[in-house]
Amino acid sequence: MQTHKYDVVIVGAGGAGMRAALESGQRVRTAVLTKLYPTRSHTGAAQGGMCAALANVEEDNWEWHTFDTVKGGDFLVDQDAAEVMAKEAIDAVLDLEKMGLPFNRTPDGLIDQRRFGGHTRKHGEAAVRRSCYAADRTGHMILQTLYQQCIKHGVEFYNEFYVLDLLFTEVDGVRRTAGVVAYELATGEIHVFQAKAVVFATGGAGKVYKTTSNAHTLTGDGMAIAFRRGLPLEDMEFFQFHPTGLAGLGILLSEAARGEGAILRNSEGERFMERYAPTLKDLAPRDVVARAMANEVREGRGCGPDKDYVLLDLTHLEPAHIDAKLPDITEFARTYLGVEPYTEPVPVFPTAHYAMGGMPTTVDAEVLADNSQVLPGLYAAGEVACVSVHGANRLGTNSLLDINVFGRRAGLAAAAFASRAPWVELPSSPADETVAQLEGIRDRSDGERVAVIRRELQETMDANAQVFRSEATLKQALSDIQALKARYQNIAVQDKGRRFNTDLLEAVELGFLLDLAEVIVVGAMERKESRGGHFREDYQNRDDVNYMRHTMAYRTGEGVRLDFKPVVVTRYQPMERTF
Amino acid sequence: MTAVAEAPAASSVVPSFQVTVRLRRFNPESDTEPRWEDHTVTMHGTDRVLDALHKIKWEIDGSLTFRRSCAHGICGSDAMRINGRNRLACKTLLKDLPLDKPITVEPIKGMTVLKDLVVDMDPFFEAYKSIMPFLITSGNEPTRERRQSPEERARYDDTTKCIMCAACTSSCPIYWTDGQYFGPQAIVGAHRFIFDSRDEGAEQRLEILNDRDGVWRCRTTFNCTDACPRGIEVTKAIQEVKRALLFRRV
Ligand SMILES: Cc1cc2nc3c(=O)[nH]c(=O)nc-3n(C[C@H](O)[C@H](O)[C@H](O)COP(=O)(O)OP(=O)(O)OC[C@H]3O[C@@H](n4cnc5c(N)ncnc54)[C@H](O)[C@@H]3O)c2cc1C
Ligand code: SF4
Ligand code: FES
Repeated sequence: MQTHKYDVVIVGAGGAGMRAALESGQRVRTAVLTKLYPTRSHTGAAQGGMCAALANVEEDNWEWHTFDTVKGGDFLVDQDAAEVMAKEAIDAVLDLEKMGLPFNRTPDGLIDQRRFGGHTRKHGEAAVRRSCYAADRTGHMILQTLYQQCIKHGVEFYNEFYVLDLLFTEVDGVRRTAGVVAYELATGEIHVFQAKAVVFATGGAGKVYKTTSNAHTLTGDGMAIAFRRGLPLEDMEFFQFHPTGLAGLGILLSEAARGEGAILRNSEGERFMERYAPTLKDLAPRDVVARAMANEVREGRGCGPDKDYVLLDLTHLEPAHIDAKLPDITEFARTYLGVEPYTEPVPVFPTAHYAMGGMPTTVDAEVLADNSQVLPGLYAAGEVACVSVHGANRLGTNSLLDINVFGRRAGLAAAAFASRAPWVELPSSPADETVAQLEGIRDRSDGERVAVIRRELQETMDANAQVFRSEATLKQALSDIQALKARYQNIAVQDKGRRFNTDLLEAVELGFLLDLAEVIVVGAMERKESRGGHFREDYQNRDDVNYMRHTMAYRTGEGVRLDFKPVVVTRYQPMERTF
Repeated sequence: MTAVAEAPAASSVVPSFQVTVRLRRFNPESDTEPRWEDHTVTMHGTDRVLDALHKIKWEIDGSLTFRRSCAHGICGSDAMRINGRNRLACKTLLKDLPLDKPITVEPIKGMTVLKDLVVDMDPFFEAYKSIMPFLITSGNEPTRERRQSPEERARYDDTTKCIMCAACTSSCPIYWTDGQYFGPQAIVGAHRFIFDSRDEGAEQRLEILNDRDGVWRCRTTFNCTDACPRGIEVTKAIQEVKRALLFRRV
């Protein structure tokens, strides 16, 4: 076992982690631990853009952006946080430009902007051009640019280090952050990192579902580690299903396609979104569009031999325009489905995309230890966190924004904390639990395969906790998950080695997924209303009297315990959500 | 409802088929030499090489080791030699390969093999770092964005697409024989800044690339351009950097 000592340890090198590192690394001694090489992080997969009311191409302001975020999130957004994000969005985009990000440009040389779902002018009057973008590779450019800046500033990375535990020490009756335990993939060695402040930036958990736009490595590690250590998870029942995944594969075709004019059609060729959202049509928020698509399929107007998808039609767009604005996603359609988007509509269906919930934080990215108290020295930013700026449904482009705004804030806050706080002792035998867990799995000679349990988990989640949910389906999911958790106790891996044992790590990741799936389902059962990404067939309306509150899930010996806390409302009272 | 069909939409036209995958394997804890190993698996429709590797790992031999993450050609994790050509396993459809003989899958060449298909990527990233891959400017920062016309932006668009998969560098015969050569990716990385109208570091980067292990080693074999999964015209980018060096003008 090796030990290391840093003022700040950042876990994750996606957009949020690297944005934090740029702030923290220039102020205090900082290490970034990441299970992937930084440039492999899934921020690089983001396509469409990052919103900010720059008003480069038409009138716009941050207050409209705040309103859209709140309304898009079906009023579960903490409005003070949304306001911070919308205000700081402008500098967040300009900062990236100054770092060198190659945004698309207007003829005048300004950052160009385009339309995106749910972003409007004058509180819903019409779609507004707010998304700053670099073709359909915005996330790639953000990840590259931040990595380049990290090179410039000499940020210290520990690549292919899996963080598996978070350490606390009690000081005067208060839990304080002491560091993390990490597993080095190349050698199998355990490393303990002592730190005054730890920033979690481990991204999402899309692999809970089978059909997802998320990478294989998005297994919710940070959320699950925090949960196991007794910290709450907020609003986990809200998972976003993005309307346009390539049918059967889940690979994303950005909303930018619809922003550039693509249209959804059913088997009758009808532009069905006109019926569901007369004003915004195909550019209504994602939950609305995803449900409409699923409903078209359910009512028999799906396309294809099994009538199980709808079509995204780009054929009326100029090929040159498609090449300039949507080159990557049209290539995905060609490569993976053999469909030529110039001339043929593309089969699409909703795909699990984004976790609105996560580790609850303040606007300074401080993690909450319960419903209201912060845990000194612990920070979280990005998809792992729940500030909450996305509420019940995240607007497109608001996550790339979130990772930049709150990643920066996390880095600043962690560095400030580390420069004033004293060191906290590590707990005795800090890595024992992690080692016991790993060796327990490695040593078992016979047992079930990880892949079998993972597949059954993903299948029950797709079938029972996806776009449409009900008491009956959620009960089914919960009993399936509990049975799988019991079977998980008896898994075995075939690779018994030390070096690059990805077999072993996949087993650990499955444990995280099982815990998170249970939290999602328990939260969804309790929420007897429909709001944003959470739609209950047995309770189809939003119920502000009983459910305008955040869910706070805690781990107990008997399973998941739910608690609740109020939503922060400043300017906007809940109103009916029509688009 | 069960939202999604089992197989990809277009797969109804491409039936299931059997594939033999011939893997180049090496376990540093037990092997002294790499060895070949065959597995035959049933695959479907539009499955990719990555799906076949997963099937082998998940159903037959959990110790098979390779890197992967995004599974759609965007993270650059899974460049490998497939039937003797560098490609991304997640972007290579099985049905596009000849299936009457085994598909060979080997680690990319010119880098130290650590286990099975996993190679040591550190020298590759070090080469990238050495060309100062970040925007260099002087003077005070503007308050708003720096202006750049769409034409200026287009000038370096191609090389911004790089996902650092190393398919180009590890297909370069000069790189195989001369461990010191920066390799095509580092030059692509430099090109992206040298031709960016906002950047003022071209001189410094050109100086670095003018080194004996820099751009002049390139013999224009076009292997890199053929290998690039992002369709970047790598050889052209290298030629442009050479020309900039000759005329000291970008
Ligand atoms: C296909 C796709 C397209 C998208 N398009 C857009 C868009 O256009 N606009 C928008 O706003 N949002 C978009 N999103 C959402 C957005 O991209 C993500 O929410 C965001 O990038 C998440 O960033 P992150 O930094 O939180 O996490 P990630 O980028 O996922 O990074 C997570 C990091 O954590 C590390 N990590 C994880 N677990 C561990 C561990 N146990 N130990 C050590 N390290 C660990 C990983 O190595 C990685 O570096 C899109 C998402 C997808 C999937
Ligand atoms: S230039 Fe192409 S082949 Fe080379 S590293 Fe970049 S993406 Fe890969
Ligand atoms: S797995 Fe990401 S490029 Fe292949």
